[in-house]
Amino acid sequence: MVVTGGGVITALGQGWAPNAAGFRAGHCGIRPVSLFDVSGQRVKVAAEAVVPETIPGSRLSPKRLSRSDRATRLLLTAGHEAWTQSGWETTDRLPLILATTSGGMPLGEAYYRDTLTHPTHRRQQPTRILSYQAQRQGIDLLDSLGCSGSVSIIANACASGSNAIGHAWETVRSGQADRVLAGGYDGLCHLVFAGFDSLQALSPTQCRPFDAARDGLALGEGAAVLALETLESARHRSADILGEIIGYGASTDTHHLTQPHPEGAAALASMHQATQVAGIHPSEVHYINAHGTGTVLNDAAEAAALNAWAGEAVSHLHVSSTKASVGHLLGAAGAVEAAVCLMALDGQWLPPSLSTVTVDPACRFQVITQPAQASLNIALSNSFGFGGANATLIFRRWT
Amino acid sequence: MSGIRVTGWGAVSPAGWGVLPLIEVCTNAQPCETAPLTCPGWPKPIPVRRVPPPTPRPTFLAHPRLRRSSSISLHTAAAALEALGPRLEAIQSGQRRLGIVFTSLTGCVSYSRRFYDEVLKDPATASPILFPETVFNAPSSHLAAYLNTQAINYTMIGDPGTFLQGLAVAAGWLLDGRVDLGLVIGAEELDWLVATAQRRFSSDVVISEGAGALVIERAEASGPGIEIDRISEPVLYTAATSQAAAVRRVRNEAGVDNADTVLVDSLTGAPHVDRAEANAWSDWTGPRISVKKLLGEPFAAGSAWQCVVAAEHLSRGRHSSAIVNVVGCNQQAIAARLVAR
Repeated sequence: MVVTGGGVITALGQGWAPNAAGFRAGHCGIRPVSLFDVSGQRVKVAAEAVVPETIPGSRLSPKRLSRSDRATRLLLTAGHEAWTQSGWETTDRLPLILATTSGGMPLGEAYYRDTLTHPTHRRQQPTRILSYQAQRQGIDLLDSLGCSGSVSIIANACASGSNAIGHAWETVRSGQADRVLAGGYDGLCHLVFAGFDSLQALSPTQCRPFDAARDGLALGEGAAVLALETLESARHRSADILGEIIGYGASTDTHHLTQPHPEGAAALASMHQATQVAGIHPSEVHYINAHGTGTVLNDAAEAAALNAWAGEAVSHLHVSSTKASVGHLLGAAGAVEAAVCLMALDGQWLPPSLSTVTVDPACRFQVITQPAQASLNIALSNSFGFGGANATLIFRRWT
Repeated sequence: MSGIRVTGWGAVSPAGWGVLPLIEVCTNAQPCETAPLTCPGWPKPIPVRRVPPPTPRPTFLAHPRLRRSSSISLHTAAAALEALGPRLEAIQSGQRRLGIVFTSLTGCVSYSRRFYDEVLKDPATASPILFPETVFNAPSSHLAAYLNTQAINYTMIGDPGTFLQGLAVAAGWLLDGRVDLGLVIGAEELDWLVATAQRRFSSDVVISEGAGALVIERAEASGPGIEIDRISEPVLYTAATSQAAAVRRVRNEAGVDNADTVLVDSLTGAPHVDRAEANAWSDWTGPRISVKKLLGEPFAAGSAWQCVVAAEHLSRGRHSSAIVNVVGCNQQAIAARLVAR
């Protein structure tokens, strides 16, 4: 199973290459929020992306495109880049498997605000209702590409992106499809920002994954879409291959709705599953893109799980969290971090968490705090979400 | 798809808590009564069909994860536990791995509305208790906690056809050997925000709420012999394919070859909403059950009820096969065929 196309948009920029350069250098896209009023919030920063006004190559009418919300444009941008890179032909049998936590929530927010002030007002409201729904955004992408097929939306909170790619991988592996377009997207919105702020999960200082003094996460927005297909199909087309997906694990943490099991029991189960499916030993994994939100509880649980999972090999593990660069992308996080793993494997570098200064002594692995070259063959990405959704993906360099 | 059996089912609906009241309403073809729902700023209440309070109140509702959750989680848990029946102990003890697919269109809308309302008033005091319950996968998380299951758990969102997509996903897990049992749930909760949103598209559709659940296993499992013969490919409503064309394609591929087949359709009773499905199946002369005409439109829960009704009819020997036809509101048409073995 190989990846033959990838598209990414984050606060670091639009496109695979600018993002690869940004992640490699450890750039940070977190800045003051401009999208909505945060004057009443405890925290006032997030990693906003610059969302393009136009989508080159899109088959959507200008009117339909103009009605699309921020999240849809993020999805369209990443989707078109992945599609173009894959070199696939249009088809009416393309499975699209997407992840999101809030779909077109800003439209939902606008709908609600308008409903409060003008309850029976019709202007724009039906369009907002329709376009708010994630399945319509998936159909927007297929229409934009000139394709049809099926749309599946996985909403497993912050693990969704990894689940979507993992599910796509299983769909191709089981022979249900030769190729699948999969990824995740989420745009910043006030409801979710205020939600994380209400939980005091947002860092009032700086997102510092695995730092001993970490005090919370930063939110971000973005999208990543990958084109997955069988190796046979890719070779038949002489397609460029970005990398392989070789393992997927998923489990459920039932400890608490928002807090992980202190020892990361379900995370451990997810990583064990993924390595078992991939047929590898933890000592063969060279880089781990951790979930690493920067919250006290997540990073402690993940560190415990990584320590237990790697065993004696733990001191050789290179771990970082790219949420220090682009924030927590929620439904898009797993997809963007999958892209980061593929970028790192291709370029043979380790993406640093520059903001991490004093590594938590609970981490028995090496936390990457500076840009570095490395010899990488296998990378692993963890994603954990509210509700206890846990997912792990494993990637191998294509040579 | 052959090789997968439906071995348990459960429901919560405006007819009551459990499959029996749902079946009674369908057997008697007597629509559940509507109740007025007051909606802020609307000139008059909107008629809806609500789930009545359970009597007696089930003990599982006292579980710490369910005490504060909104009705969608309660409906989910009740339907799931009924569907699981005697398998519950083996799951809670970890003897059998249970994969869960939870499907919904509107999700945890009640707490989402309440939380955003608090944000608009004063974001600094918005409730940290409400926010986690707004997340789409909160109901399936609560259910997994109650069942003490660590296995794979997906929440899939989309229009009513998503329930059948979820059924196909769970069947795939079983065939891959990833889990021993699959539990697929469709659930929704009523809120004035949904009722008024629906009104902007149709004043004839009566919104309702509830949940339906199916348990599926590999065919070698013991128990009632209802096999999932096939689940069609979903046909999307795209720029190139209208809803009517999608519904016709699913109809043409349904492949009915048995005179003793019951059609469990998704007609709502609102002619302009039902037009595509009514036209595509206008030649159908066999028995037909229109669950949503009797119980209202609860989106994902409705397609789950359709499957529950089909399974119950087959298990009672009323028919030898059933077609569950789902025409979603804005995404896809899809159908499944269940067969009594």
